[in-house]
Amino acid sequence: MTLMLEVERLCVHHGRAQLLFDVGFSARPGEVLLLVGRNGAGKSTTLKAIMGLLREASGSVRFATRQLMGLAPHAIARLGLGYVPEDRRIFTGLSVAENLEVGRIATRANVSDAPHWNLARIRTLFPRLGEMLDRPGAQMSGGEQQMLAIARTLMGNPRAILLDEPSEGLAPIVVDHLIDVLLALKREGLCIVLSEQNLTLAGAIADRAVVIERGVVRYEGDFRVLSGDTTLAARYLAA
Amino acid sequence: MTAPLAAFAIQTLNGLASASSLFLVAVGLSLIFGVTRVVNFAHGSFYMLGVYIAYTVATVVGGALGFWGALLVAGVSVAAIGLVVEVLVLRRIYQAPELLQLIATFALVLIIKDATLAVWGAEDLLGPRAPGLSGAVDLLGRSFPAYDVFLIGAGLFVLLALSLLLRRTRFGLLLRAATEDREMTDALGVNQRLLFTTVFVLGSFLAGLGGALQLPREPAALGMDLAVIADVFVVVVVGGLGSLPGAFVAAIVISLAKAWCIGLGETSLFGMDLVFSKLTLVVEFIVMAVVLVWKPYGLLGTPLPQVRGDAAQAPLLRAPGLRTFVVIGLLLLTLVALPLFASEYTLVLAIDMLVFALFAASLGLIVGPGGMGSFGHAAYFGAGAYGAALLTQSGGGLASAMLGGVTLASITALIFGWFCVRLSGTYMAMLTLAFAQIVWSVAFQWDAVTGGSNGLIGIWPPEWLGERATLYWFVLAVSGTAIAFCLWLTFTPLGYAVRASRDAPLKARVIGLSPQRLQWAWFCLAGALAGTAGVLHAFSKGSVAPDALSIPRSVDGLVMVLLGGIDTLFGPLVGAALFTWLADSLARITEYWRAALGATVLLTVLAFPRGIAGIVTSWRSGRPGP
Repeated sequence: MTLMLEVERLCVHHGRAQLLFDVGFSARPGEVLLLVGRNGAGKSTTLKAIMGLLREASGSVRFATRQLMGLAPHAIARLGLGYVPEDRRIFTGLSVAENLEVGRIATRANVSDAPHWNLARIRTLFPRLGEMLDRPGAQMSGGEQQMLAIARTLMGNPRAILLDEPSEGLAPIVVDHLIDVLLALKREGLCIVLSEQNLTLAGAIADRAVVIERGVVRYEGDFRVLSGDTTLAARYLAA
Repeated sequence: MTAPLAAFAIQTLNGLASASSLFLVAVGLSLIFGVTRVVNFAHGSFYMLGVYIAYTVATVVGGALGFWGALLVAGVSVAAIGLVVEVLVLRRIYQAPELLQLIATFALVLIIKDATLAVWGAEDLLGPRAPGLSGAVDLLGRSFPAYDVFLIGAGLFVLLALSLLLRRTRFGLLLRAATEDREMTDALGVNQRLLFTTVFVLGSFLAGLGGALQLPREPAALGMDLAVIADVFVVVVVGGLGSLPGAFVAAIVISLAKAWCIGLGETSLFGMDLVFSKLTLVVEFIVMAVVLVWKPYGLLGTPLPQVRGDAAQAPLLRAPGLRTFVVIGLLLLTLVALPLFASEYTLVLAIDMLVFALFAASLGLIVGPGGMGSFGHAAYFGAGAYGAALLTQSGGGLASAMLGGVTLASITALIFGWFCVRLSGTYMAMLTLAFAQIVWSVAFQWDAVTGGSNGLIGIWPPEWLGERATLYWFVLAVSGTAIAFCLWLTFTPLGYAVRASRDAPLKARVIGLSPQRLQWAWFCLAGALAGTAGVLHAFSKGSVAPDALSIPRSVDGLVMVLLGGIDTLFGPLVGAALFTWLADSLARITEYWRAALGATVLLTVLAFPRGIAGIVTSWRSGRPGP
C-alpha cells in the first residue's frame, strides 16, 4: 500500500537550539495518525516543518511520493496537504464566507482524487457556520473559530490535513461535536495527522500513534496497543 | 458670510486638495507594508519620479493630451520601476531584519536621487497648468483654483476605487487576508511572491500618480523624496499602518492642520505676535503627539506583532577579555602618535572618523542592546552641534558650549524619547524619523536663530586648540572617553536591565523592571552621547549646517552600525571608520558619490545581512550565519 505521508530524518533548528532530532514516521491514506507528547516536545514544530513553514529544517518529507522539503507552503498546500494551525489563525477581519473563500482559492491548482468541497457541503457538515456566513471572524467563539479553521482548509480539497491541537481551550460539549466532524471526515477517507493532548478526542478517532519526547520519536505503532499497555500509557499518555 | 470665515473655508479646501496627493502616496506605502511588512523608504522617490516623468511627458507632448497622458504614463512608468525594484531588491530582503530592509530601501533613495539628478539636472522644473482647469472657481466670493477641486475629486475617486478593489475582488480578499496573517495565507495555497509583487507594483503606481497629480501645484525638485516620505510617515503613523481609511483620515487631518496654520498667518494672541504660517511643523508634531498618546497604533491601526523579543535572535554580548584590551591599547597608542607622521588631510579625516565613531557607538546603544529602531538619531547629533554653536556665538567658553550642546541634545532626546519608547518596531522607527525631519525643518527655516540653510559659521574652538594636531588630540580624548563610556554602559546593571527588557519584555516586567522607562533612560543617554559627537563636529568644522541633523545623516549612522554589525561591541566603530573613509574616497572620485555609496550599501546588505563584524564573528565561531 502506498504511503500518503512519509517523514524521514526530519531535523529542525532554531538559532543554536535543535528542536527535532531525526524524526520519522509515516501515514497511510485514510488513516488518522496521532502525535502525542508533552508541551514543547516538538509536535507543532513537526507539523510546521512538514508544511514548509520553518526555514531551518532538513530531512525528507514525501507526500504521495512528492518530495516536499524545499517547497514553499503554498506549493505544498496546492499538492493537497492542508494545515489547520494550533491557534486556529482565523482572519479576524474577514467574514466567515471570506475566510472560506481564501481557503478555496488553492482549489483550482490541485487535480486530486480527494473529496470535493463546496459551500453547500461545508454547511451540511458545519450547520453553525452556515448560519453566520457574514459574521466577522473576530466575533466568533473559540469553538466556532476551530470549526471555521477546519472548514477553511477543507475548501482547498486536501487529500490529507495536519491538525494541530484542535481541542485546545474548547468546552467538552464542543469537543464532542469536533469528534463527530472528524469522524465524518475520516469516513470520507481523509488522511489526518493529528497533534492532540485530549485523550477522549484522540481515542475516538486515532488509528496509530507516534510519541514524541524532546524532539525524538519514542514510539510508533497502533494507538490501541499504546493505550492498552499500562506501562507505555502511564509514561506517554498521562496528562 | 464674513471675510475671515470665507478665508477659512478656502484654506480648508486647499488643505483637502493637498490631502489628496498625500493620501495616494501614503496609502501605497501602507498597502505595501501591510502585506510585505517592509517600509519602503524609496516610496517618496517613486513620488518624485512621478513628478519628473509627468513633467517630461507634459512638456514634450504638450497640450491636453500631454498633460492627461502624463498622469497615466507617470503612474505606469513608476509601476514598472517598482516591478524591477521588487524583483531585484525587495525579494531578497523580505526575511531580513527590518532595520536592514529600511537601509536597503534608503540606498535606493540615494541611487534614484542621483539618477534623477543625472537625467533632469539640479534645477527645479515648473510644469504646465492643467489644460481646462487652469482657471478658478468662485466659492463664497473668493476664487479657488479649479485644479484643486479636481484633486479633491481625484482623491475621493481613488479612495472609492481602492475600497472596491479590497472589498469586492479576489485580489483584494487575498490582500486583506495576507495583511492579517501572511504565513497562514501561504499555508492555504496563496502564492506570496506573486501577491507581494502585485501589491508593490500597485503601491508604486499610486506613488507615481500622486506625484504626477502634484505637477501643476509645485515644481519638480530633488528634495521632494525625503520631504514627502517624512509627511507620509506621519500620515501612516497617525492613521495606522496598513489601514486604507486610516491613511485617508490622517492625510486630511495633517493637511488641514497645516492649511489652517498657513491661513491664520500672523495673529496677535494675548499680546504676543504669533506667526502661525511658520508653525506648520510644530502643529504637525502636536497632532501626531496627541494621536499617539491617545492611540499608540494610530487612529485606525492595530498593534503589530512583536518582531523583536526573541531571545535567540540576539547573540550574547560578552565583556571583552585581556586580548581585546591589548589590541585596544595598541590601537590607542597608534592613534595618539598619529599626528607625528600623518598628513594634515589624514588628520581631518581621522577627526571625522572619531566623531562618527562616537555617533555610531551612541546609535549602536539604541539599536543593539536597546533593541529599538531609530531613524532620526542625527536630531540629537545636530542639537548638540547647534547648541554648542549658539553658545559659542553668544560668547560662551569651550566648557559652557560643550555642556550646553550636550544639554540641548539630552532635552531633545528626553522629549522625543518619551513618545518613541511608547511604540515599537516599525512605528517607532517612523516616528523617530518624523521627529528628526521636524527638527531639521526648524533649523532650516528659523533664519533668525539657526541661520537657516546657511547654518552658523565661525564656530572655532579657543586658541589653544587652534593647531590641527591639538584639536585632533582633544577630539581623540573626548570621543575616546565617550566611546569607552558607551561600551561600559552595556555591562552596567542598567545595561543588563535594558538588554533583558529587549529580549523578554514580559519577563522583565514580572521581575519588577519597567522596560519603557529603562528604554527611555537608555534613549536619553544615547542622545546625550550623540550630542557630544555633534559638539565635536561643530568645533572641528568651524560651522554647523542643517544637514548635520538631516535624515541622510541619521541613515549614515545606521549604515555605520549595520555595516559593522548590530549586537557586536566594536562593530559600530569599525563601521564608522569604514563608512567615513568610503564616503570620502567616493566623493573624490565621482560627482554621483551618493549613488555610488547607495549601491555599495545595497550590495553589502544583500550579500552580508549580518554586517561585516557579523561575518567575522560567525567565521570565528565556526558556523555559518542564518
